[in-house]
Amino acid sequence: MTTTTAPPTAPRADERVAGGGLLRRFLIRPEIGALIGAIVVFIFFASQSAVFRSVPGFANWLDPASTLGIMAIAVALLMIGGEFDLSAGVLTGTTGLITAILATQYGWNVWLALAVSLAAALLVGFLNGYLVVRTGLPSFIITLGTFLGLQGLNLGVTKAITGTVQVGGLQNADGFSGAHWVFASSVVVGDTHFKVSIVWWIVLAALATYVLLRTRFGNWVFAAGGDPVAARNVGVPAARTKILLFMTVSAAAWLVGSMSVLRLTSVQANAGFGQELIYIVAAVIGGCLLTGGYGSAVGAALGALIFGMTAQGIVYLGWDADWFKLFLGAMLLLAVFANRAVRSYAEQSRR
Amino acid sequence: MTDNSAPLLELRGISKFFGGVISLKDISTSVRPGEVTCVLGDNGAGKSTLIKTLAGVHQPDEGQLLIDGEPVRLQGPRDALDRGIATVYQDLAMIPLLSVWRNFHLGCEPTRGWGPFRRFDVAGARETTRRELAAMGIDIRDPDQPVGTLSGGERQSVAIARAVYLGARVLILDEPTSALGVRQAGQVLRYIVQARDRGVGVVFITHNPHHAYPVGDRFLLLKRGRSLGDFGRDEIELAELVRLMAGGAELEELGHELERDGGDRSVLRAAAELEAQIRSLGGTSPEPEPEPGTGAGAETAATSPATGAAPGTTPVAPRQRTEN
Repeated sequence: MTTTTAPPTAPRADERVAGGGLLRRFLIRPEIGALIGAIVVFIFFASQSAVFRSVPGFANWLDPASTLGIMAIAVALLMIGGEFDLSAGVLTGTTGLITAILATQYGWNVWLALAVSLAAALLVGFLNGYLVVRTGLPSFIITLGTFLGLQGLNLGVTKAITGTVQVGGLQNADGFSGAHWVFASSVVVGDTHFKVSIVWWIVLAALATYVLLRTRFGNWVFAAGGDPVAARNVGVPAARTKILLFMTVSAAAWLVGSMSVLRLTSVQANAGFGQELIYIVAAVIGGCLLTGGYGSAVGAALGALIFGMTAQGIVYLGWDADWFKLFLGAMLLLAVFANRAVRSYAEQSRR
Repeated sequence: MTDNSAPLLELRGISKFFGGVISLKDISTSVRPGEVTCVLGDNGAGKSTLIKTLAGVHQPDEGQLLIDGEPVRLQGPRDALDRGIATVYQDLAMIPLLSVWRNFHLGCEPTRGWGPFRRFDVAGARETTRRELAAMGIDIRDPDQPVGTLSGGERQSVAIARAVYLGARVLILDEPTSALGVRQAGQVLRYIVQARDRGVGVVFITHNPHHAYPVGDRFLLLKRGRSLGDFGRDEIELAELVRLMAGGAELEELGHELERDGGDRSVLRAAAELEAQIRSLGGTSPEPEPEPGTGAGAETAATSPATGAAPGTTPVAPRQRTEN
C-alpha cells in the first residue's frame, strides 16, 4: 500500500552524480571504446608493417572498411531504434542481382535497373519494419525469415533466368560508365587510388550523426529504441520511426550492393551471405546497446574501420587469415563488456 | 479557489465495461482551472480505467465527457493532448538513457531552419529545460545527465514540468507519489501545488488520502468501479476520507506513517483524530465495509456526524506511540 521506502538513500546518490566530472562525461560517450580500439589496432599494425602505414596501404584497408562501414552505420541507427536486421547482408546480394539481371538479361539501362533494385530494397525494408511493428514479434525472427527467403530467391531466380549462379557482363550495358563513376570509381590522391566508397562512407557517417543528434527524427530514434511505449505516450510515432529505420538499412544495402556489382561487373547469387552479423558486430563495437536506445553512428563507422585495418593488417603481416575470426570474437566480447559497464553507469541510481 | 469558474473538464455518469466486467459505473466529477481534483481508490477501484478514459485511450460506454462545457468524444491520446489534457503516467514516459533536456522535449522538439535544414534547436531546448525546471522550483544540476540517474521524485517533477510547459490545461497524474519516500512525496506534492498555482486543473490519482488531502480541492472516491462520493474540500474531513478509503483495518499502519511526517500540523491533528476514533471504536478494527452498491450515499451520510464530532475531542499526542 503506502510504500515509504528508504527516503535518505536517493539524495545521497544525487550528490555522487553531481560529482562526476568532464572526464567521466567524456568516457560515457558511446563511440569512445571504438575510438580507443581503432587507435590501438592502427598503432599495432602500423608499427609492424611498413606497407600498412604507406599511403597505398591506407587506400587498401580503407576500402573494405568503407563498404562495411556504410552498412554498419545504417545497422547502428536501426539498433539504436531497438531492432535488428538479419536480412541486410543477403539484401546487398539481392539488389546487385536485380540490377545485373535487368541490365544484362533484359537490356535495361543501368540507371533504370538501379532505380528498380532500390525500389525492391525499400519494399523489403518496409515489409520487415511493418511486420515487426505490427506483430510485435522480435525483429530477430521476422528478419531471419526475410533472410532465408531472400537467400532462396537469390539462388532460385538467378538459376531460373541465367542457368548459372552468377550474373556477369554488366560493363556492356547502357549507362554503365556513369553509374560506375558515381558508385565504384577511384579518386586519385597523389599516385594512390582511393575508392569512391570511402567518400560515401565518410559523408554518410557525418549525415547519420547529424540526423541522430540534431534532428527531431534522431530524438525519436533514441526514444523508440529506449522505450517504445513511453515514446508513444508522449506522441512520438515510434512505429513509423522503426519502419523508416528498416528502410534506411535496406537503402544502405542497395548502395553497397550496387557498389559491389558495378565494381566487379558481375555478382554471385550468394553475395552478401554472412555479412549481416559482421554489420551488427561493427555496430556493437561502435557502442550500440543490443537493447536499443543508445549508440552512435560515428562509433559504428569506427567499428568498421577496426575491421578493415585488421582484415588487411593480418594479410600484410603474413599471418594466416583464419586468425581474423578469433580477433573478431575477442573484439566483440570486449565491446559488449565495455558497453555493459557504460550502461550500468548511465542507469545507476535508477528508480 | 475560484469556485464559480467553469469546469475545464467534467464527467457526467461515465461508465466503462470490458465484456461482462464493470470497470467504471456512473462516475461524475469536475476539474476546474487552478484546482486539484483527487481521485482516491484502492487497487482495482477503476482508477486506471478512469485515467485512460480521460486521456482518450478508452471511450466511455455511457455518460458524457465535457471539455469547457462542450460534450466531446476523444479520438485517442493525441486528440486529448491537442485539447490540452496531458497525462503523466506512472512509468513517466521517460527514456532512462536519454538526457533530461532530450526527454523534456521528446515528441515536440523545437526546430530551427526550414526544409531539409530544419533541425532540432539543441541550444534552445537545453535553455528552456533549465528555465522551466527552475520556474517550478526544480533544481537539476545538469540537463545533460541521463534521466536514469535522477531519483524517482526528480523524474516525477521533470515529467510534471514538461506537461505544464507543453501547455497542459488539465494535468492527469497517475499515482505520482506512490513509489516515493515521504520526503520525495512531499516534494512532488509541492510541484502539484506549483502547477495548480499556474492555473492548471490537476487530476491527482492516488490511494493515499494523506497525500491527497493537503493539496486537493475536490475528492472523488472510487471503490470497485463505483463512486463512493464526490466531495468539495469543505464537505469532507481527512479522517472521513481515510475511513472511506481504507476502513479501520489499516488505521494502525497509517498512524505509524503519519508520525514520520512530523512537520505538517494538519496531519498531526488528523493523526490525533484517528487515534481518538480508534479508541471510540474500542481499539479494534471496525465492522467490515458494506459492499458497493448497497447505498454508497447513505454510508457517507451516516459517517459524517461521527467525524464532525472528532475535531472537538482533545488531541492525543502521537508521541505516546513512539515509546511503545
